[in-house]
Amino acid sequence: MNYLLRGIGVLTAVGTVTLLAFSLPSGVAHGDGGGNVMPRLAHKNWQQECASCHLAYSPALLPRATWQRLMGKIDNHFGDNASLDPVTQTDILRFLEANAADSGTSQIGRRVMRRMAAKEAPLRITETLWFVGKHDEVPRTAWSRKSVGSAANCAACHSKAEQGVFDDDSVRIPK
Amino acid sequence: MQKAGHNMIKPTLLIGTIFIGMTLVSASVAAAETPASLMTGYAATAGISPQDLSAERGATLYRSEHSGRAGTSVSCASCHTANPKQPGRTRVGKRIDPLAPAANPQRFTDSAKVEKWFRRNCMDVLQRECSAREKGDFIAWLSQIK
Repeated sequence: MNYLLRGIGVLTAVGTVTLLAFSLPSGVAHGDGGGNVMPRLAHKNWQQECASCHLAYSPALLPRATWQRLMGKIDNHFGDNASLDPVTQTDILRFLEANAADSGTSQIGRRVMRRMAAKEAPLRITETLWFVGKHDEVPRTAWSRKSVGSAANCAACHSKAEQGVFDDDSVRIPK
Repeated sequence: MQKAGHNMIKPTLLIGTIFIGMTLVSASVAAAETPASLMTGYAATAGISPQDLSAERGATLYRSEHSGRAGTSVSCASCHTANPKQPGRTRVGKRIDPLAPAANPQRFTDSAKVEKWFRRNCMDVLQRECSAREKGDFIAWLSQIK
């Protein structure tokens, strides 16, 4: 009985600490980790829908105009039909707009915009000067390796991509 | 003028009530689907008996190649692999959980999800929507895989 009580005590303590750790703001305001960490965002439909086919790319990496273009023709998403019911589609677009690179909500977004021409709305993250600059040391051949597939597959090299962490230490370019 | 306005409210309310009712019904049904119940539904829509669904036709649908983008050929197996008990890969390289219920019991248990993916993937592979019979055949084949 004593052990049972002690067990419950330990579990409660661990649970409380874990809850606190996850609810404390990380990094800079708005949950923006700064550096090479994506803003910490939670949005059910964004995570569920976008991430069924690819990483839920951070909205902070592209401007509002891009997200509007992408979501406006989601039934032809780079050649794939990714159509959604209208309610979900609008819900995701609102979220993307609110956290876009030019929404002023993140450090990374500001850095992406700094290297973007006015009114530019590239459809791919890989087309932004910010992305190109960040990857200038990656050999051309690495992108087309079977283990990588394409530059859209962040997690092939960024081992913590799912957690939004893109620092150099977590990079492993597969052979 | 006032009378017209008053008349407008009634149908709106009625449609609203029906819509809410349908949403509640579909929400409660969605979680309770099974491959067999979905097959029954698709057979009914197709106007045939569930026994007339064909696993063989489903397998053919899964494997048949169609001309896709940029002259490449595309089939269900392109992403889901030749063996639907194995995980597949999206075009971007992300894992797709196995399609066969024998390997992934979550499959064909949520009608909204099933409809969403039939709509998208039939458009991608066949350049058209799949018929109710084709959907029924497809599930008939996948669900008999041991």
